[in-house]
Amino acid sequence: MALVALENVEAGYGGAPILKGINMEIDASDIGVIVGPNGAGKSTALKSIFGLLKVSSGTIKFDDEDVTNSLPDRLVPKGLSFVPQEHNVFTTMSVNENLEMGAFIRRDDFSDTMDSVYEMFPPLKEKRNQPAGELSGGQRQMVAMGRALMSKPRLLLLDEPSAGLSPRYMLEIFEQIVKINASGVGILMVEQNARQALEFASKGFVLANGQNRFTGTGKELLNDPEVAKSFLGG
Amino acid sequence: MNELIFFVNKVLVSGMVLGSIYALGAVGITLIFGILRFAHFAHGDLMTLGAFVTFILTVMAAALGIVAPIPMAILVLPLAMVIAAGLALGIDKGFYEPLRKRGAKPVILLIASIGVTLMIQGLIRLFSGVSTRSFYADTPKQIFRIDMSFLGASRPIVVTEPQIWMIGLTIIAVLALHFFLTRSRLGKGMRAMADNADLAQVSGINTKLVVRVTWIIAGSLACLAGTMLALDVTLKPDLAFNIILPIFAAAIVGGLGQSYGAIAGGFLVGFAETMAVFNWAVLLRPFRAGLPDWIPNDLSIVPTEYKLTVAFTILIIVLLVKPTGLFKGVSS
Repeated sequence: MALVALENVEAGYGGAPILKGINMEIDASDIGVIVGPNGAGKSTALKSIFGLLKVSSGTIKFDDEDVTNSLPDRLVPKGLSFVPQEHNVFTTMSVNENLEMGAFIRRDDFSDTMDSVYEMFPPLKEKRNQPAGELSGGQRQMVAMGRALMSKPRLLLLDEPSAGLSPRYMLEIFEQIVKINASGVGILMVEQNARQALEFASKGFVLANGQNRFTGTGKELLNDPEVAKSFLGG
Repeated sequence: MNELIFFVNKVLVSGMVLGSIYALGAVGITLIFGILRFAHFAHGDLMTLGAFVTFILTVMAAALGIVAPIPMAILVLPLAMVIAAGLALGIDKGFYEPLRKRGAKPVILLIASIGVTLMIQGLIRLFSGVSTRSFYADTPKQIFRIDMSFLGASRPIVVTEPQIWMIGLTIIAVLALHFFLTRSRLGKGMRAMADNADLAQVSGINTKLVVRVTWIIAGSLACLAGTMLALDVTLKPDLAFNIILPIFAAAIVGGLGQSYGAIAGGFLVGFAETMAVFNWAVLLRPFRAGLPDWIPNDLSIVPTEYKLTVAFTILIIVLLVKPTGLFKGVSS
């Protein structure tokens, strides 16, 4: 049984649909990577899962439960977490408070989750009382991912986690993503650095024009000459 | 020495009182702006409404024969604040929420709040008439005169009982707000939503609950400020409507969306107003003998009637020098 399954999802911002029938399945053990050209609907696919835009037809199931068009405040308690690409930290709040906000829905003691986030991203621990807005881009991305992990999600949606980061930070973030996955959290991410991401992806989805073009394991897509030629720059 | 006492009475005490009222009003405006991104023009009338609620409760308590060692208005104030919070929630539910649901722009909400202003004032006039009332119709205001003769002054420092309550309660309210915003889960959620509403929603923060809490805080603080103003002067239907502009100036000067900024802005505008209308020539009186004749007898910066201009002068200066306000505010 898939953790999350999209079936023939059509969605958009009110005008013409951007997603024209997308199918995807991710298990808890998977790292799914969505790649494709600009305007293919990669981010839109993530946002449609998270209820941030209207799904006009098709269904989205999380843990075999229909969650189509559910709002985030219902989805987060079910075990979904989303890291937007931009504006993904509370800039005026401290690192610590950012993490607390990620645990807003939890009424239990979340200090052990916070400890494990600090363990995962040691630079944050030193800066725990600094406003997140004062951190570097890479550290902000760590705060954003840490915030999303505080709700103890079972599926983590990441919108271009490496956007604007130096290669060093990109590798570090990717490493953490693999570790998070190993701890039992399913990952579905959109990524511009397609080659690097497909290296560790257990599932890859190539989208173009709001539709699935190729689906396979990361390696399969990397080795597919047509995918390489059209979508990975030769 | 007497001149200095006069300065304390006219500038420090009055500035503190005026600043408290402005600060409490401005905090409400800045919180609403931070969360809902619109300028709540009806906030002054929410203050007046709160003052009337307190007045009605005071009359009722007196009719029931309740006697207390503290002013009746202060005794019923907590209950009045609860009722005012409920009224604020009702106003949001009835007028602003339906607009928000339809995705109205902030300017539409601003215009709706002008409508709410007219409605509240109309309702108050309808039910209570246009007359001016006093909380101290039966019992006189207690006045404290702090003897300063040990400093060689014959004049005492004069504060009235409501003024002392006002300053004390403002300090309590500000501290309570501070602890709420920095220590409580919901208070941090409020700051998160003011910081980045989309991300707050994505984090699973119950944004509707945050909006309700915002109105509860804004409504109860407005009631506190309105009651204090009515105790200090008198109660009338346009009581706080007359000071809504300096309150807005205070919120903007402090940086919209910044609670601490609003408090600082409130006291800044309050003190600036009392200082601007103070006749500084009074302080020169002891040295009159040695001063040239051309120094006039009235050295106040603006006449009392033009007190309102002070807030705007500060506002213009701040907007020119530091457009985001003293504390970095948010923009719509």
